Amino acid sequence: MAQLLQIHEPGETPLPHEGDRGAAIGIDLGTTNSLAALSLDQKPEALRDVHGRALVPSVVAYSPDGPVVGADARRMLLDQPELVVSSVKRLMGRGAADIKALAGALPYEVAPSADGGMVRIRVGGRVLSPVEISADILRAVRARAEDALGQSVDRAVITVPAYFDDAARTATRDAARLAGLEVLRLVNEPTAAALAYGLDKHSEGLYAIYDLGGGTFDFSLLRLEKGVFQVLATGGDAALGGDDFDHAVAARLLAERAAQIAGATVDTSRVKLALATARLAKECLSSQDEWIGMLDLDDRPSRHHLARAEVETMIAPLVARTIEICRQVLEDAAVAPQDVQGVVLVGGSTRVPLVRRQVAAFFGREPLSDIDPDEVVALGAALQAEALTRGSDTLLLDVTPLSLGIETMGGLVEKLIDRNTPIPVAKAQEFTTYQDGQTAMLIHVVQGEREMVDQCRSLGRFELHGIPPMVAGAARIRVSFAVDADGLLTVSAAEKTTGTAARVEIRPSYGLSEDEMATMLADSIANAKADMERRLLVEARVEATRTAKAVQAALAADGELLDAAERAGLERAIAAVEQAAAGGDRAAIVAAAEALELESKPFAERRMDRGIRTALAGKRVDAVLPTGE
Amino acid sequence: MTEAATPTTNAPATAAPLRCWSCGGPVASGAVFCATCRAVQPPGDADHFARLGLPRAFALDAAELDRRYFAAQRQLHPDRFATRSPRERAISQSQAVSLNDAYETLKAPLARACYLLKLEGVARTPDQDHTIDDPALLMDQMERREALGEAADGAAVQRIVAAADADARDALAAIARAFARDDLAAAARETTRLRYLEKLIEDARLARARVAPRQAAG
Ligand SMILES: [Zn+2]
Repeated sequence: MAQLLQIHEPGETPLPHEGDRGAAIGIDLGTTNSLAALSLDQKPEALRDVHGRALVPSVVAYSPDGPVVGADARRMLLDQPELVVSSVKRLMGRGAADIKALAGALPYEVAPSADGGMVRIRVGGRVLSPVEISADILRAVRARAEDALGQSVDRAVITVPAYFDDAARTATRDAARLAGLEVLRLVNEPTAAALAYGLDKHSEGLYAIYDLGGGTFDFSLLRLEKGVFQVLATGGDAALGGDDFDHAVAARLLAERAAQIAGATVDTSRVKLALATARLAKECLSSQDEWIGMLDLDDRPSRHHLARAEVETMIAPLVARTIEICRQVLEDAAVAPQDVQGVVLVGGSTRVPLVRRQVAAFFGREPLSDIDPDEVVALGAALQAEALTRGSDTLLLDVTPLSLGIETMGGLVEKLIDRNTPIPVAKAQEFTTYQDGQTAMLIHVVQGEREMVDQCRSLGRFELHGIPPMVAGAARIRVSFAVDADGLLTVSAAEKTTGTAARVEIRPSYGLSEDEMATMLADSIANAKADMERRLLVEARVEATRTAKAVQAALAADGELLDAAERAGLERAIAAVEQAAAGGDRAAIVAAAEALELESKPFAERRMDRGIRTALAGKRVDAVLPTGE
Repeated sequence: MTEAATPTTNAPATAAPLRCWSCGGPVASGAVFCATCRAVQPPGDADHFARLGLPRAFALDAAELDRRYFAAQRQLHPDRFATRSPRERAISQSQAVSLNDAYETLKAPLARACYLLKLEGVARTPDQDHTIDDPALLMDQMERREALGEAADGAAVQRIVAAADADARDALAAIARAFARDDLAAAARETTRLRYLEKLIEDARLARARVAPRQAAG
């Protein structure tokens, strides 16, 4: 059919309804801040609130009314530290023993867990896993994205530190699931940053990404060539970041305080405040040479003075560790520092002047940071979300950050997949029994570079049952490791000589069981209802505002088709819509929009008639009849 | 029924013509997409050289290897199938796994030499056989290991690495010459030598980290 009339006003575009699917966004779930971005036509943009803020501080306060996330939660840290959790990313897939104490006190109140698995935090009278707390952050990021887009969001690419182990990756995926998000892909943060950077600058050649976040350090070396982003090698430390700078400064503040005030006590809440003060001091010292402040605890403030040079001395060993990792990664890839064409700085902690100086000294060139280091990862994730849902000419080829293997006799590790192997990858190896008549085998899966099991990270224990009784060494047990494009590991095992189907039981060392996930999902249904109601409100608001704008535009174009009373009626209906849209009552918004639609119907019909007459005027009949095509 | 573990290698090739899993139409051997319905096909059991369309030889153009690998991943990587059916996603993943396996094997000269020896039917390839039956090589390795164990500083380790690097380059050239004249016994012998030299260089790197644990920040 030939189209006779353009229904929409010029310049007014209809809402993008791509099928029934919501938007697919990129999310940087950071230790300090989180944010979302959306890419259209390879132009990614951070999604901001009405105040223009993209960053959601990764801080959650568990008030009696429910979780509060972001800047408001961070403010509550000052007077109600016992309700507030921050830097929870450091605990993803981690055990209680992984938490660093400060002046003898932990910055989290750890709840004892029965199985010694992933740590549980006691906060605001609740006991929560890091997965649940991260899910609350993701819900807030998702809400900000939906508000910015006026559209529901149900799919996301989520970034993780390249050096995250399997347990931490799985925990991140579980958190997204709890927040009602379908994870299109987990993408490594430095790789996402390279994508944003390379596409923006049309770079080719060898690029290094130095990513120092709040809790993790990643360094990746990539080759960029004609739209292919090939990670050559990656390295890092999943427990080294700007938080450690804060820890160093806070330790100094607490020591000074102990010297100034007799009987000053330290507990979890006071440590949280000391860390918050240390962070402010660090940020201040990024631009100034000295900081003077106080630690106001228990109405007994202690006074402190710090020079930038002093803080640099404190954090120098931490920065030196990152440079040593850079050296090792380049060596893994057999690349010399001078062969690297550009070094991109990512993460808020790269604002620290000492970090910039050391990176520049190692590579012999000034690092690049012309894309906001806080936003570049989310922008890359958004590009990847677009590529996965709408297609793209670019391709990310990533690698495993850590070697994967299983425990063999004597506590040694047999590696099945080496670090820096391109993913997806699958490898299999045969093992055998060591006792006559052995019918079960314990397969202990570990991740890490060391040769002894106790120096690697335990990922899980798998029990293979149903091995037919044979003499020792006769059974052929094939253990298969598969790492998918998200970097997630699946292990399976089978006895080959008899073809007997074998059962594999999985007990993740630092994960959540399916039962725990089921309980958490049930708990999140209440949240999901609130989310749904909020989303419907946003959508109603957008729809009503769009109708009002369309009628306004039509009034401006064809207002003379109406008499004064009709015009005044329409203007009243528009004002009613605008007033309702400013409020939070979805039913009122829908009613006002429907009233406006009804009121404007005669006007629309008159415009339609005029449009047809205009379109037909001066045209030959065969030019306006349907052609049948 | 209990679910069996999925093997990572494919069943041996059969003479029967291949059928598309999706539409049942004929699929040419080695084709990655069905000509009829365009559905992605399982990777099959082509050798690494054939998979990347390269001649079966030790001599290899690294730029050409990259070019072919990138072109194949552009078509087959799971990122290209993110919105497709679970079956297609799984097949694309196994295709990408096969491509990565081929690429990793062919890219590294040592892995390429071992793989080629296996393809040529050499029974004991250097990557599987952990015994040294060449007395000269055994003596040489023991001396180097001893020197590495006694190295007291980074400079001493560096001298051992430099010597091993030079010998590794020499072994590589010898492997290339041996394959070029179809002397598989010499190729296997030099590949074993290269394997031990590479292991030594890797261990020396760890040793260097041990003798110089942290460089002072500049
Ligand atoms: Zn077909």
